[in-house]
Amino acid sequence: MAAMTREETEALIQEVLEVYPEKAQKDRAKHLAVNDTSLEKANKCITSNRKSLPGVMTIRGCAYAGSKGVVWGPIKDMIHISHGPVGCGQYSRAGRRNYYVGTTGVNTFGTMNFTSDFKENDIVFGGDKKLAKIMLEIEQLFPLNKGISVQSECPIGLIGDDIEAVSKKAAKETGKPVVPVRCEGFRGVSQSLGHHIANDAIRDWVLENRDGDNSFETTPYDVAVIGDYNIGGDAWASRTLLEEMGLRVVAQWSGDGTIAEIEKTPKVKLNLIHCYRSMNYIARHMEEKYSIPWIEYNFFGPTKIAESLRKIAALFDEKIQAGAEKVIARYTSEYEAVIAKYKPRLEGKRVMLYIGGLRPRHVIGAYEDLGMEVVGTGYEFAHNDDYDRTIKEMGNATLLYDDVTGYEFEEFVKRVQPDLVGSGVKEKYIFQKMGVPFRQMHSWDYSGPYHGYDGFAIFARDMDMTINNPCWKNIKAPWKTETAQNEAVKAVA
Amino acid sequence: MPSVMLRKREDGKLLFYVAKKDLEETIESLEFDSPDKWGGEVVLGDGSKYFFEILDAPPKIPLTLQAKRL
Repeated sequence: MAAMTREETEALIQEVLEVYPEKAQKDRAKHLAVNDTSLEKANKCITSNRKSLPGVMTIRGCAYAGSKGVVWGPIKDMIHISHGPVGCGQYSRAGRRNYYVGTTGVNTFGTMNFTSDFKENDIVFGGDKKLAKIMLEIEQLFPLNKGISVQSECPIGLIGDDIEAVSKKAAKETGKPVVPVRCEGFRGVSQSLGHHIANDAIRDWVLENRDGDNSFETTPYDVAVIGDYNIGGDAWASRTLLEEMGLRVVAQWSGDGTIAEIEKTPKVKLNLIHCYRSMNYIARHMEEKYSIPWIEYNFFGPTKIAESLRKIAALFDEKIQAGAEKVIARYTSEYEAVIAKYKPRLEGKRVMLYIGGLRPRHVIGAYEDLGMEVVGTGYEFAHNDDYDRTIKEMGNATLLYDDVTGYEFEEFVKRVQPDLVGSGVKEKYIFQKMGVPFRQMHSWDYSGPYHGYDGFAIFARDMDMTINNPCWKNIKAPWKTETAQNEAVKAVA
Repeated sequence: MPSVMLRKREDGKLLFYVAKKDLEETIESLEFDSPDKWGGEVVLGDGSKYFFEILDAPPKIPLTLQAKRL
């Protein structure tokens, strides 16, 4: 199918909206747009970060998911208590594949689930005593933990437990940081508020722990990698590039990160933001309080990596700038070989994305490096500033959809007929059953890393593996294919 | 009275950021911007107007300030 014109795309949106009642139609229309690269500001064409309509199938998460699942969860040497009923923690346990180094259950706790397992009794009489008891038990059973965070689930806010008081008391007793996080699931419209709450909790309870303590020796090349959750090893693939160019990565936020790294972050010279949506708040705070500048970077695909490495190096001296060029030169033959191998197989393929955080715009460069085209993209929980940044990355007259509903997404795919859809696990089997090749782009479909030059090779292989998989030819029953029908006609004749 | 975070963009322009409103706009004009007087009415890139308390000296940026919506 050839690229759609602006009018065709607009007509498609209108057609898809037709099934909704009038009020819903009006609301949803604001969230669907045709990209116009000439616009400076996204709020002229798309509305975002609004409450989802009741009755539609949204793909969003909750504030608890944003705080425990995204920001706090990967901090490996702390214990994150899912405070409330057991399900929220258990069904999301280890689902995000934030890799880490350490012995689980001894000095790291990333894939474990700690919960206060609320029962009716705790709702009626309050769960503070239980929480205090859990913290005591944690100290006895896991003495090598470096701190505790209390991730509130919905009932905590509803019954008004004072988790701050319990946390303060426990922190005094153990001498370790105990952080209460008020990330009840009902807060806000999506997981985005959870990120913000989690950032604020780090700001209020952790970040200033080492203010005035200068025992940590700094160098002029100290940086912190912020908003890289080490999904399938992403942060490691990014970190090697930064270290090769001569920088010292002091902290990883928060994939494979520790509480000590987070406490040391105010001492760095530059904050590097990968996931802007989930961690820009803390970067802005550090810029104000500690005068640490921050920049966004993108480590998906060689074009964007080279661009980002040069942008980062420009903020340092010539040694680092030369280092950046050396890194790019070193990997050139490697990624050229990857492109030479996969581009002929993937050239001209069209992709539709619907993910969260940074990926709907960041991976576009990687697809383009492989000769593919992103024809539609959308965010689960973006704000206006994300769309501001997306408009420039996407082609003209491509589809933009914010908080797309299950129905809309299916209809768009049916009409646009992309060669690949990249979204979450809830969408995966719907599209595979429709016969559309699909990659689960939240945790790289159990593959990864996709960041950095090493990750790009894996990314290219995965996309090829999915799109050119022979199974897609067998989706139609053998007697319903065109050749079979022609033969049948011949046989009858 | 939203709390506004001011920061300098790479090209030297001031950015006006209100986290709660998802508003990130450049400041197009500032009423007083001299060594001995700073603040007053600001006009943003999208045309909306805000007011900062007038200060005796330009503040160190980045900074969070209270602004009044006009």
